[in-house]
Amino acid sequence: MRRSADDRLFRISTGIFAAMVLALVAGIGFELWRQSSLSIAKFGFRFWTGRVWNPVSGEFGALPFIWGTLYSSLLALFLSTPIALGIAIYISELSPRLLRQPLSYLTELLAAIPSVVYGLWGVFVLTPIVRKLEMAVPEALRRTPFFSGPPLGVGMGMAAIILSIMVVPFTSSVAREILKNVPIAQREAAYALGATRWEAIKVAIGYGKTGIIGAVMLGLGRALGETMAVTMVIGNNPQVSTSLFAPQYTMAAVIANEFTEAADDLYLHALIEIGLLLFIITIFVNIISRFFLWSTKKRLVRA
Amino acid sequence: MSNARIRKIISAIAESLCGLAVLIALVPLVLILFYVVKHGFTSLNWAFFTQMPKPVGEVGGGMANAIVGTLILIAIAALFAVPFGCLCGIHLSEYPASKFSSIVRFAADVLNGVPSIVVGIFAYGLVVLPVRRFSAMAGGFALGVLMIPVVVRTTEELLRLVPPGLREGALALGATRSRAVFSVIVPAALPGILTGILVATARVAGETAPLLFTSFNNRYWTTNIAQPMASLTVQVYTYANSPYEDWIRQAWAGAFLLVIIILVLSIIARVSVRRLERMNRP
Repeated sequence: MRRSADDRLFRISTGIFAAMVLALVAGIGFELWRQSSLSIAKFGFRFWTGRVWNPVSGEFGALPFIWGTLYSSLLALFLSTPIALGIAIYISELSPRLLRQPLSYLTELLAAIPSVVYGLWGVFVLTPIVRKLEMAVPEALRRTPFFSGPPLGVGMGMAAIILSIMVVPFTSSVAREILKNVPIAQREAAYALGATRWEAIKVAIGYGKTGIIGAVMLGLGRALGETMAVTMVIGNNPQVSTSLFAPQYTMAAVIANEFTEAADDLYLHALIEIGLLLFIITIFVNIISRFFLWSTKKRLVRA
Repeated sequence: MSNARIRKIISAIAESLCGLAVLIALVPLVLILFYVVKHGFTSLNWAFFTQMPKPVGEVGGGMANAIVGTLILIAIAALFAVPFGCLCGIHLSEYPASKFSSIVRFAADVLNGVPSIVVGIFAYGLVVLPVRRFSAMAGGFALGVLMIPVVVRTTEELLRLVPPGLREGALALGATRSRAVFSVIVPAALPGILTGILVATARVAGETAPLLFTSFNNRYWTTNIAQPMASLTVQVYTYANSPYEDWIRQAWAGAFLLVIIILVLSIIARVSVRRLERMNRP
């Protein structure tokens, strides 16, 4: 009797701490909503579609920042996904056993480097290189909306490159884990039917497809919320443009730059409302990603 | 050319493209480490560790206050996140199959994906706004929130590595659940839990965004956690954006120190995780 009471007490008391994790996630959402009430009440939905960001006249529209965040993240995924999947495939399927551990450790080191160091490196080392590349873009391409404007080095293209480097380790390590768990029998069956090595790998990828989509979305979540490195290289100019040369702005960057300068409450609330939207977007992307990963893992464990 | 031949060639091309991807990813890694060492190591000197920042425009000085500040911020974060995260991890590993546990696990993973700058706003609203002052406490709190999901998940994973025989043995001898956990399982998993704390520390040591408007920055020496406090990351950011050559030089030195700290922490963690896995392999 005493023992079961003790067990229950243990379960409940540690459970309280576990419940606090849930409370923390909910608390973040609630706090952001509470602290942005002024701006939500004043602008409503207009906040998301407005293109003007003028703290002096009290006019706040977040569209350029939303655009900048989504555009830079999608460009980064476009660059990083093939690389990350290539790494995952190489390490789990092709590399010699001896190289497996060191290679996975080296690629994951990219995730350990602080964001501000990426930014520093981006500003002083990568920007001049990117500017040279931009100047080498032929005139015919410069007339397209993707390469219009003066080649400055800093801007959307530069941010996408830095982001893609930062996202690679997240996507590749999760995708590698998925591939590792795909049953050997899947590949053996393909070989038995006369498949080449690549064809067998494609079968394994097909088997873990949802998990690999989950891995890519996990990387997307990272890219959306990445702050320091992007702030330092994107040029911080709120405009909606498809040009990779154009200096633009992201949601995280405007918060980082202007938060301590926000002189009045409406300005601060507008910035926090951007944080709230960033929170909602990343939570949404993360939940979908985790759901994909979770359902794949369940299927793989059963197989 | 026969069909089989073409398929073999396609396979070889695809395989080498995968190998190429690894090389492409290693290029920025090597470049970053190279430049951080090149500009950073040469800028490190005794003054960097022992002196305070000099006034604007003056050459020299160091980041003594920021180095100590970073240590204090991490200590506050760990003090708050480690007990919290460990107890939560213990719950998850003791009751792994319950519905509640899987919801908490999901929430921890989601919390892990919340952008650090958003956590900074959360800490600002909760700790800074009520007293209307930036403080090290607020910065430490923000870092702590970022540490929690890492501590939770690693504690859970490493507790699971403890052979089930130990737990069953303790329970069979009549120990209560809490007795079995705290006298048998946790001691057996202690090296693992310490490793988890290292991993979490490495994760937050390089954070800048959540500190910008919580612990803010401070050009003076302080160990008072109710005051704004300098940190290595914020200092590197500030100096990197400055027009002064000497400050930029110090930014590189700070970046070098940060990278070294984080690499050492994660290498130690990596090595000990592998040792633990080998030790507990049945």
